[in-house]
Amino acid sequence: MTKDVIIVLVVITALGFDFTNGFHDTGNAMATSIATGALPPRVAVAISGVLNLVGAFLSLAVAATIANGLVQTADVTVTVVFAGLVGGIIWNLGTWLFGIPSSSSHALIGGVIGATIAAAGGDAIKWKGLFSKVIIPAGLSPIIALGVAAIGTWLIFRISRNLSEGTRTHGFRIGQIGSASMVSLAHGTNDAQKTMGVITLALIANGSLPSGSQAPFWVILSCALAISIGTYTGGWRVIRTLGKGLVEIDPPQGMGAESASAAIILLSSHFGYSLSTTHVATGSILGVGVGKKGADVRWNVAGRMATAWLFTLPCAALVGAGCEALAKAIHGLPGVLVALAILIAIATLVFIRARKNRVGHDNVNEEWSGSVAPEREPATV
Amino acid sequence: MNDWVNWHALWQIVVLGLVCGAGLPALFAVGLVALNLSGNRVQTAGAGGGGGGATESDDSRVYGGNPVGLVAACLCFAIVLGAIGYGIYLIVASSHGS
Repeated sequence: MTKDVIIVLVVITALGFDFTNGFHDTGNAMATSIATGALPPRVAVAISGVLNLVGAFLSLAVAATIANGLVQTADVTVTVVFAGLVGGIIWNLGTWLFGIPSSSSHALIGGVIGATIAAAGGDAIKWKGLFSKVIIPAGLSPIIALGVAAIGTWLIFRISRNLSEGTRTHGFRIGQIGSASMVSLAHGTNDAQKTMGVITLALIANGSLPSGSQAPFWVILSCALAISIGTYTGGWRVIRTLGKGLVEIDPPQGMGAESASAAIILLSSHFGYSLSTTHVATGSILGVGVGKKGADVRWNVAGRMATAWLFTLPCAALVGAGCEALAKAIHGLPGVLVALAILIAIATLVFIRARKNRVGHDNVNEEWSGSVAPEREPATV
Repeated sequence: MNDWVNWHALWQIVVLGLVCGAGLPALFAVGLVALNLSGNRVQTAGAGGGGGGATESDDSRVYGGNPVGLVAACLCFAIVLGAIGYGIYLIVASSHGS
């Protein structure tokens, strides 16, 4: 009985993580389209939400990677999965508050790894799998994305240099919508599966599924819905940083960025890599700044993001480990409930804090003034 | 070949990434330029559809009025769409096939 309650709580927490994953990452696909005015903000997040839903059903190659390649599944208990999820959610909410587009995948993987170490020690981690499947691709993917986007943007401007400004804006907006839609689809194929993988992991740990199972249909469906609703909610703070904070983007650049992101995410998904969409999207947006002559890239904003990326895995791991230690100390269902209560308290605090300087669909495109939330009153510098 | 980095997958991602991620938008740009080639006749604002003054719709018109350009543009856009469709097909086939 207690076991059943715990697994239900874990599944709900996992879907909660999937939701934060969606809303943290809306910007990866739609930030540039919103920034260039190709799509009205609310239409953009709606399209992205629907395509995430579709994408979640398209590919299931990554789900297997998360569940089997990183930790010894024998050492993973249900509470470990739960603690890992809490670590992931808390990191996601924190970075969202500061408008930092950090990787939801790393947050999740970090949380699970930290919790596993706390439960079973460092031997339970497949360090090699962690490096070859997570850390090395994470280092390479933004660089590849930057290069592809820079070359693409350079080509686009070179080819279309004789078009009038109006024609170019009009034509590339259409291309931009198309390519941004592909990124949303790619995000669904990639990220929804991570939660599917984690829920499957928990079900295997609980003995509800035999080891090595694929995700059951209800898991696929609920994960697809959670990420899609999260995406529709729109992580406006992150959208703002990506769309306005890094580079001032025009439609040809937007298309260049989204095409590069879509191609790399879908290709990696094809090869079973669990890439961070965030790293790729950020790399691409920087790339279009590099590829257009005279564009200003705010490298200090990019540097702050890169720093946050370095901390994502270890910080989420620490929270995950702490949560697992807590659940272990109190033991059983009460332990899980206490950790859940802490999670809800922190989430509430973050949301209250976020309301103080709200970023929404109505002010997401305000001029970048060095901070996430645009200033309401005339600046008193 | 070492097993920490999957070079085989990596170079494919880089090359295919360049072809799809940079090549396809470039092709789209070529299509747009072709579509915008001006024809022999002087185009009037009526063809643009939608509102706006004559000067504005003239400036932002996408179709320049050249039939050869139109065909070339359609070809470019068709290749782009085809590549996207094929990509989606591959993703679906590879995950459900194995």
